[in-house]
Amino acid sequence: MIHFLVHEEADNVGVATVDIKAGETATGLYMDSQKKIKVKALQDIPLGHKIALAKLKVNDGVIKYGHDIGRVVADIKVGEHVHIHNLKTRRW
Amino acid sequence: MAKMKNPKVFAYRRENGRAGIRNHVIILPLDDLSNAACEKVAFNVKGCKAIPHAYGRLQFGKDLELFFRTLIGTGSNPNVAAVVVIGIEPEWTQRVVDGIAKTGKPVAGFSIERHGEFKTVEMASWKAKEYVHWASELRREPVDLKDIWVSVKCGESDTTSGLASNPTVGNALEKLVAMGGTCSFGETSEITGAEMVCKERAINAKVGEQFMAVFNAYQKMIEANKTDDLSGSQPTKGNIRGGLTTIEEKAFGNLQKIGKKIRYVGVLDKAESPTKPGLWFMDTSSAAAEAVTLWAAAGFVAHFFPTGQGNIIGNPIEPVIKLTANPLTAKTMAEHIDYDCSAILRGEMTLDESGDNLIEMLIRTCNGRLTAQEVLGHEEFVLTKLYESA
Repeated sequence: MIHFLVHEEADNVGVATVDIKAGETATGLYMDSQKKIKVKALQDIPLGHKIALAKLKVNDGVIKYGHDIGRVVADIKVGEHVHIHNLKTRRW
Repeated sequence: MAKMKNPKVFAYRRENGRAGIRNHVIILPLDDLSNAACEKVAFNVKGCKAIPHAYGRLQFGKDLELFFRTLIGTGSNPNVAAVVVIGIEPEWTQRVVDGIAKTGKPVAGFSIERHGEFKTVEMASWKAKEYVHWASELRREPVDLKDIWVSVKCGESDTTSGLASNPTVGNALEKLVAMGGTCSFGETSEITGAEMVCKERAINAKVGEQFMAVFNAYQKMIEANKTDDLSGSQPTKGNIRGGLTTIEEKAFGNLQKIGKKIRYVGVLDKAESPTKPGLWFMDTSSAAAEAVTLWAAAGFVAHFFPTGQGNIIGNPIEPVIKLTANPLTAKTMAEHIDYDCSAILRGEMTLDESGDNLIEMLIRTCNGRLTAQEVLGHEEFVLTKLYESA
């Protein structure tokens, strides 16, 4: 069973396709290579929300679709929930 | 990605060589005043369709030019076999008739002044009847799929759009463009956040600059007219609840519709026709009905519309093929959806397979399958207005 999808191998986040519970080992699928990846979720990740696949520090870029979608504003561990509390636009 | 061979579809070859997938006889009002007469003709004569709209009086300048381009383009679309134009006065009516006549298709105009509505409806009904008999004997013939011009635009997007339905459209476009097809995307406003990447997707620097000029003009229009800071509304609260975080993330999800590698070959003004095959950017609003009306007027004959939460838009002459990857939308709004690609989210279907499935649905639509929107009678014909009338 798939718990999250990753657009590209370059991405450092995946997108939950089901509600993922904290402590669960979630299975992800890379949409470009069809490779699978397993990540232990440290927090609940609601369907449609992002899970960190790499350790991210403040000011790092979050990469999705192979592109920078904003900057990290609080350090993120692998398996944590990436959302508006730790990711902000570079626009304003 | 496997390059598909160029399949044949059954379509109507028009007088100017273009291929259409529908065979409409339309009764086209020049102006708001003539809607009633057009609807009466369409009631008298079965098999034709009135396309009422709200404008056509006292427009001027660029707004008037866009108005004529849209009306003439609508009549000229290859999905239209013949056109009856009705206007309040003869001069502008004739301008629309002359514009459509350049395609070589049958077109006639009638004006209400000095006849009255009864007499106009009678004359126009005779002409419409003649056209319907003629059009009903036209036959579909095999044409290359690449000759079917396809436009794309999404609506009511959510995270399933960026994950699956938009990339499905992108995959299908990669294949259609590789065949030598003509396709178009737009939605100038919703590219905000990914405009630099969109600029780089142009075939050369000149076309990239043309895109940026259109994008910057849009930004200026927003600046001039906004009453509050858009940062509070983009992404929307609903987008954020669904998992979207930044305007960049939303924009990159939108851009999935143009695939990964295609380079657009040119930038089109609203309702302007492409001059060669390839992918084209058109400067459109992100409002669904306005945008599809502009593509139909530019000569596009089929539309891919990926939706997340369930936009139900249609168009009177350009069939809208709707797809969703949201299982809830596919279930609760099933009557609106032509293709359910939610299997991607379960890891049970690849984007490449999904793109093939969407092309298969396009082929079936070309061959005559009515879209959900057509069966439900969604015919949103909405003219884009640039500013108020004089």
